[in-house]
Amino acid sequence: MYGKGLRALSISTVVVMALALALVFFYAPLEAQEGFLQKIFYVHVPLAIVALGGFMLGGVFAILHLRTRDARWDMRSYVAIHMSLIFGLGALITGSIWAKGSWGHWWVWNEPTLVSFLIIFLLYATYQPLRFAIEDPERQARYASVFAITAGAFVPLNYIAVNLATAYVHPRVFSSTSNLPASMAFTLFVSLLAMALLYATLCKYELTAKHTRAQLRAARRLLEQRSPGGARTSQRRTRSAAPSVYPAPAPGRMAGGPL
Amino acid sequence: MSASAPQTQPPPVAMQRAEGVSHEPPRTSTVIGALLRKELLVELRTLESVPGMSLFAVTTFVVFHFALNRNSIDGDEAAGILWVTLLFAAMLGINRLFVADADQGGFDGFLIAPVERSALLLAKAGTLLAYLLVLEIVAVPAFALLLLAPPISQALPALVAVLLLGDLGVAAIGTLVAALAVRTRARDLLGPLLALPLLVPIVIGAARASSPLLVLSHPGGPPGRWMLLLGLYDLVFGLIAYALFEFLLED
Repeated sequence: MYGKGLRALSISTVVVMALALALVFFYAPLEAQEGFLQKIFYVHVPLAIVALGGFMLGGVFAILHLRTRDARWDMRSYVAIHMSLIFGLGALITGSIWAKGSWGHWWVWNEPTLVSFLIIFLLYATYQPLRFAIEDPERQARYASVFAITAGAFVPLNYIAVNLATAYVHPRVFSSTSNLPASMAFTLFVSLLAMALLYATLCKYELTAKHTRAQLRAARRLLEQRSPGGARTSQRRTRSAAPSVYPAPAPGRMAGGPL
Repeated sequence: MSASAPQTQPPPVAMQRAEGVSHEPPRTSTVIGALLRKELLVELRTLESVPGMSLFAVTTFVVFHFALNRNSIDGDEAAGILWVTLLFAAMLGINRLFVADADQGGFDGFLIAPVERSALLLAKAGTLLAYLLVLEIVAVPAFALLLLAPPISQALPALVAVLLLGDLGVAAIGTLVAALAVRTRARDLLGPLLALPLLVPIVIGAARASSPLLVLSHPGGPPGRWMLLLGLYDLVFGLIAYALFEFLLED
């Protein structure tokens, strides 16, 4: 069973997400200066935190891949980084909207968190081109892991450097999260939990989909082997940078095992 | 090469045994020295990287003069232009660093030798560092001559310290990225794309540290905070490159 726990995970994501949205709109107080606009805080901050956490998680999976040489860790690392890129794009867009509404500009350079996030995003944007430019699957996985570990270590370092570069020149514009009122902090916490669950669910879906597709391809190949002259459907190569975890199976045996 | 050569001559191993040479693997420092010597010799004989890098830097200063429409610059602007130029010139060297090894079997030759894998990293980083030093010996005086408003002589000792710290970081990151990118299909594109974001903290540290040095009456040495940032970043990425480099050499 490769999709094990997917249903429970999906349902809990929907429930917690609904709870988080209800808290955002009906429980958390309106911010005195920014008013309703400040609600985007409960989307933007969790998106950014989950994306950064996902990038570092991809690095941890990459370490496990280099340690164990198990291709499934590479697949997990790929999915974690892929999903974090999507969440990161969301964080950049919501941050930009917030900046426009709050300060009148789509982009501000004196907000170190946003700036360091952009640099990290630009670095990770090369992850898929890198994978795509290496033909040999084993070497692709190894090089991608080296990249994922380097970039994972870069995440906190870059944040420190950019913070140093801005914090001493300009005053911080955002109030730090440590002095939030309790109701706002609680709402933020639930939103963060919902976003983390969403991330986990989407990652699990992607892993399951990749696994299913690999199994389907293996089954098709098996079918072709048994009926020579059959439709050559599995010859079609899809253009994707994703790692292929399951190579062609031995005849009579399906590739399997949970991801 | 010719396949019949080993049959007519005694194999080198037997020759060594006959002469009583020990079969201990060579010490890593010896290996690094030999590799570094080889790299510098190849560069001296082919002149593939360093002249191009230096010429690129000088040309870029000329381009900046026209692009900015300024005859002389100082402070933040001067530091920024100096570091961006050095970085892009370094990128030319980074892109070429492993090309000969990947295309002409240098990696295979190194891998069959009974030596530490990390020796290649240290030798290549040393090579890149040497390239950068020669580049700066050309580019910094050219920058002072062509663009910089205040005289460079008083700032020079502190600027050399900043340049050295910056170079160490560029060498560590550049070597790792070069090894990562060289055996990909789009290596000329991927190298800079991977390296530039990773080098942003170096640019922050180095440009901030050198900008107070490049004003008319600068107060003392470079700011300690930025030197510390550069040093820490060099150290961390030196360790990361050291830990990960051998995974790039396995086949």
